[in-house]
Amino acid sequence: MQNRSNDFIPAAQVAIHDADLQRAVSFGTNAGYTRRRAAMFAAGEAHGQALRRQAAAIRRNCLNRLPELLAEAEANMTANGIRVLWAIDAEEANRQVVEIARRHDARAVVKSKSMVTEEIGLNHALEAAGCVVLETDLGEYIVQLGGETPSHIVVPIVHKTRESIRDLLIDRLSMPPTDDAEEMARFVRETLRRDFLAADMGVSGGNFIIAETGSLCLVSNEGNARLVTSLPRVHVALVGIEKVVATVEDYATLTQVLPRSATGQAMTVYTHLINGPRRANEPDGPEHVYVILVDNGRSGIYATTYAEALACIRCGACLNGCPVYQVTGGHAYGWVYPGPIGAVVTPLLTGLENASPLPYASTLCGMCKEVCPVDIDLPRMLLDLRADLVAMGRSEAVWTVGMKAWAGGVGSPATYQLGGRMAALAGKVVIGSLPGPLKGWTVYRTPPRFAKKPFRRLWAERQSRREERDEQP
Amino acid sequence: MGSNGRDSVIDDRPSPRGKRVSLFVTCMVDMLYPETGMAVVDVLEHLGVAVDFPPGQTCCGQPGFNAGYRREAKQVATQFLKAFQDAEVIVAPSGSCAAMVRHEYPRLFADDPLWGDTARRLAAITWELTEFIVEGLGITDLRGRLPAPQTIAFHDACHGLRLLGLGQAGRALVDKLENAAVVEWEPGEICCGFGGLFSVKMADVSGAMLHKKIDAIEQAGADVIVTGDVSCLTHINGGLEKQGKPARVIHIADLLAEGVRHAKPVE
Repeated sequence: MQNRSNDFIPAAQVAIHDADLQRAVSFGTNAGYTRRRAAMFAAGEAHGQALRRQAAAIRRNCLNRLPELLAEAEANMTANGIRVLWAIDAEEANRQVVEIARRHDARAVVKSKSMVTEEIGLNHALEAAGCVVLETDLGEYIVQLGGETPSHIVVPIVHKTRESIRDLLIDRLSMPPTDDAEEMARFVRETLRRDFLAADMGVSGGNFIIAETGSLCLVSNEGNARLVTSLPRVHVALVGIEKVVATVEDYATLTQVLPRSATGQAMTVYTHLINGPRRANEPDGPEHVYVILVDNGRSGIYATTYAEALACIRCGACLNGCPVYQVTGGHAYGWVYPGPIGAVVTPLLTGLENASPLPYASTLCGMCKEVCPVDIDLPRMLLDLRADLVAMGRSEAVWTVGMKAWAGGVGSPATYQLGGRMAALAGKVVIGSLPGPLKGWTVYRTPPRFAKKPFRRLWAERQSRREERDEQP
Repeated sequence: MGSNGRDSVIDDRPSPRGKRVSLFVTCMVDMLYPETGMAVVDVLEHLGVAVDFPPGQTCCGQPGFNAGYRREAKQVATQFLKAFQDAEVIVAPSGSCAAMVRHEYPRLFADDPLWGDTARRLAAITWELTEFIVEGLGITDLRGRLPAPQTIAFHDACHGLRLLGLGQAGRALVDKLENAAVVEWEPGEICCGFGGLFSVKMADVSGAMLHKKIDAIEQAGADVIVTGDVSCLTHINGGLEKQGKPARVIHIADLLAEGVRHAKPVE
């Protein structure tokens, strides 16, 4: 997918002035935030925090053992009859999927929700090879119908209002007019059923891979993932290499925090543990199952101090909690992963120079870390990415000059005090707006007013009064 | 309360009781809100704490640090270390600046042979005002009273709330003031959109967040909104004034100082 992250600031401004987007994102993120909190702490704050700590430790432990777990996962999946492929980048992953489609003469492809396929632009590659690709997750289906991209990791159409979805379905599919969300979903469901039955190949993502059993794990709510992975002759799953966990017990813990953090559910409606193609004694299931382990920049992150970002289980809680995401929505971030996790992984996966504004798209309020089910220190990584940008010379010159002047001035008490006196004098000139790069402040706020006497003067005066008093006989 | 960010370094630090307090007033209070600085002194002296003011202090370095300018931040932070190197206990009326010293100094000076030890020592003796009183001194009742009944809501400044695990300390102190009633206000935990450089670099996003905060303040139904950081206060009040709205946020030290000025006589 093309990266437009460097346009974050103008794109955010457009989003802020889009009343429908504001209404939809505000509703969606509030609901997500509130439900997560209720679900995570249903058994009390201590229990929820303990669960988080456990999940965080599991993810870190699995990441530390990633090379060995990947080898174990490959061996056990292969033993289960799953064909395992490795893709170093988007191009290789796309080529592998296209080759599989050709090999099995598959033209009609149905997909369940997968962020990694968004990341590599799989739909375009398959379409270019002559396949017809259909998204079957309701949100992704609407995204595809409208020619958009998902704006949220879990809720792809969080930016859309019910009215805009209704209009799209009427316009494109001649849906009988209705304002009822359930009726709209039923309409899409009936349309999709025919496509499922006609599909040659199903493409899914994967939430986890269990190394010790060679199982592919998927969680879903709509039932579409079950059809995608069991009806067509061929099933291809694309999974980021970081998604491997060691044991069934690891999976059992993570599958408790994932739905609670993502949608506020104790469990998703469907949980899939796929252990290979249809066996001789089984009535259904695909004849061929492929798992493509996608790197696409992940091993590069693994080798850095940002490796913790790979612990992410893609729940979207940091998006819902983020006060910046709440006003910008996801598209402003310009690539696949929005919100705080997107602000960290987009520069890491696509290059810091291609996403320079994103590390600054945060007030460092800490909410993302607080709600993260695996306790990723996103604020710390945003700070480190900012330092990387400065070290690369990618920070704007005006800030570099300003920061040097600031450090020179504030770095010694004498110049600090002089600067304060000058600011206080300048403050006597009544100004409504600040100059240069500080202008943005006064669009929304009045300028701060410097006091006539700084605290240190008040303190000194008070001390001398005390000394005089103490000297009285 | 969303306070899972309690820092482990600080949990078992030595008690500050009976020690001299060196006030780190912070650059913003020094220059913009000197009366708030005096309020801090009044509250601490009311509790019998000996306060000094190291005159070499300027800024903690956070503006540069948060903008990614580590070298410049370190230059400013070094001045802090020089100014406070003899301190027994450091108290600041800011969760954000206290968090900078406690969380970032040990990292910033990790490999510094000259200042590394001082950075680690000062990180361990630095307190935010309300946590110093409640957790450090073990005091929640200042024996203060407000001149008239007031309802009070908290805007929990983010760094205090999530980096230091504050939140309850300030509420406990205010709740014990006679005539004060703390009201629950959920949007108090949501960022006001300041974020230092963010407020000018991403002015429109920051402005949109500020707008939401101001709407929430108008719906809070409290007589007073208090906060622990003057950076949020400057941001929110600047927005309120720009919009011609009468409400203002005040620093918790000012409210506590008003309380102790009308203190109940000691029995």
